[in-house]
Amino acid sequence: MLTGVIEFRIDRRSGVSTYVQIVQQVEQAMRLGLLTAGDRLPSAREVVEAIAVNPNTVLKAYRELERAGLVEARRGLGTFVTRSLSSEATTGGDAPLRRELAGWLGRARERGLVVEDVDALYFAVRDEHYPPPEERS
Amino acid sequence: MNSRRQPHQALPVIADGVGKRYRRGWALRETSLVIPQRRIVALVGPNGAGKSTLMGLITGLLRPTTGGITVFGDRPTGKGLHPEVAYLAQQKPLYPQFTVTETLMLGARTNPTWDQGYAEHLVEQAAVPLSAKVGTLSGGQRTRVALALALGKRPSLLLLDEPLADLDPLARETVLRTLLAEAREQGITVLLSSHVLAELEGVCDHLVLLHGGRVLLAGDVDQLSARGTSLGQLALNRMREAAAQEEAA
Repeated sequence: MLTGVIEFRIDRRSGVSTYVQIVQQVEQAMRLGLLTAGDRLPSAREVVEAIAVNPNTVLKAYRELERAGLVEARRGLGTFVTRSLSSEATTGGDAPLRRELAGWLGRARERGLVVEDVDALYFAVRDEHYPPPEERS
Repeated sequence: MNSRRQPHQALPVIADGVGKRYRRGWALRETSLVIPQRRIVALVGPNGAGKSTLMGLITGLLRPTTGGITVFGDRPTGKGLHPEVAYLAQQKPLYPQFTVTETLMLGARTNPTWDQGYAEHLVEQAAVPLSAKVGTLSGGQRTRVALALALGKRPSLLLLDEPLADLDPLARETVLRTLLAEAREQGITVLLSSHVLAELEGVCDHLVLLHGGRVLLAGDVDQLSARGTSLGQLALNRMREAAAQEEAA
């Protein structure tokens, strides 16, 4: 069996539906350059052998990614990533912005901040720079 | 496995206004639903919602007070399970003094459609020694043997009453994985009940939510959660709605 480049991790108690978690994990891997154009996603069968997820759930996630133009299903071959979502700024462990963030997190830890402190700070500053969209009800 | 039988073509379950009353009151009222083929169905609801009663009606162990139910087109006779149905009760009744081999022999003797090779394959896959006494096995291993016993019958519909209740998280994942793989391979329908919906998130593709003996929600998960709501949230929302309606009435 082929080992896929991506292994899904499903948190059943997160309140986020499983197919959305799969979509998000593929997108995230694409943004970090871990998945790029031409890479094959694991087949529904491979996913089911690795984690307890219904194959239909996997296929639903792949359809969603296909609709977004991120992957394409090739008959008999599998589902492939069609484009890259990463840039020099996000790819690799030594991307400059990543290094800066790592430095910042290192200092936060030295100061004794816990993960909740870090999240609170990050989201507060993030919202200043990237205003959240209007609340949808 | 090439000895596989074709799964039955009729609808696994059709319930038409079915109700069940015990001396203490109604356990299930006016329930109408269809369980389609080749689904992993989560039968969920709080304790006392009517899950076990519905399963009992499908097996024929219980008789409906009102309405009717058909299983693969037939009415349950009450004289034993439908040949296409396997049922695993919550306590997973196995004889602790029996070895795994003896347990499978029992399955062979009581099921005309028994597939010994397939049952042994499932036990071996679980790495359970055939010579081990059932009483010495872990909860996860016991469940795998019970599953082999149920699947060895080659059913088209497998009923599992709270199969995960006594398992640790790791064993739960393994059991679910086996179940999903076999269901897919054999093209069978699995109906499993749980009072913890979250543990079936991403596992089932059809949902039946019971509460107070009534169906609050039934359908394919794809349709029910079109906007990506988790199953737990979906059920919670529906139960709140129902509670609000009750209060208003």
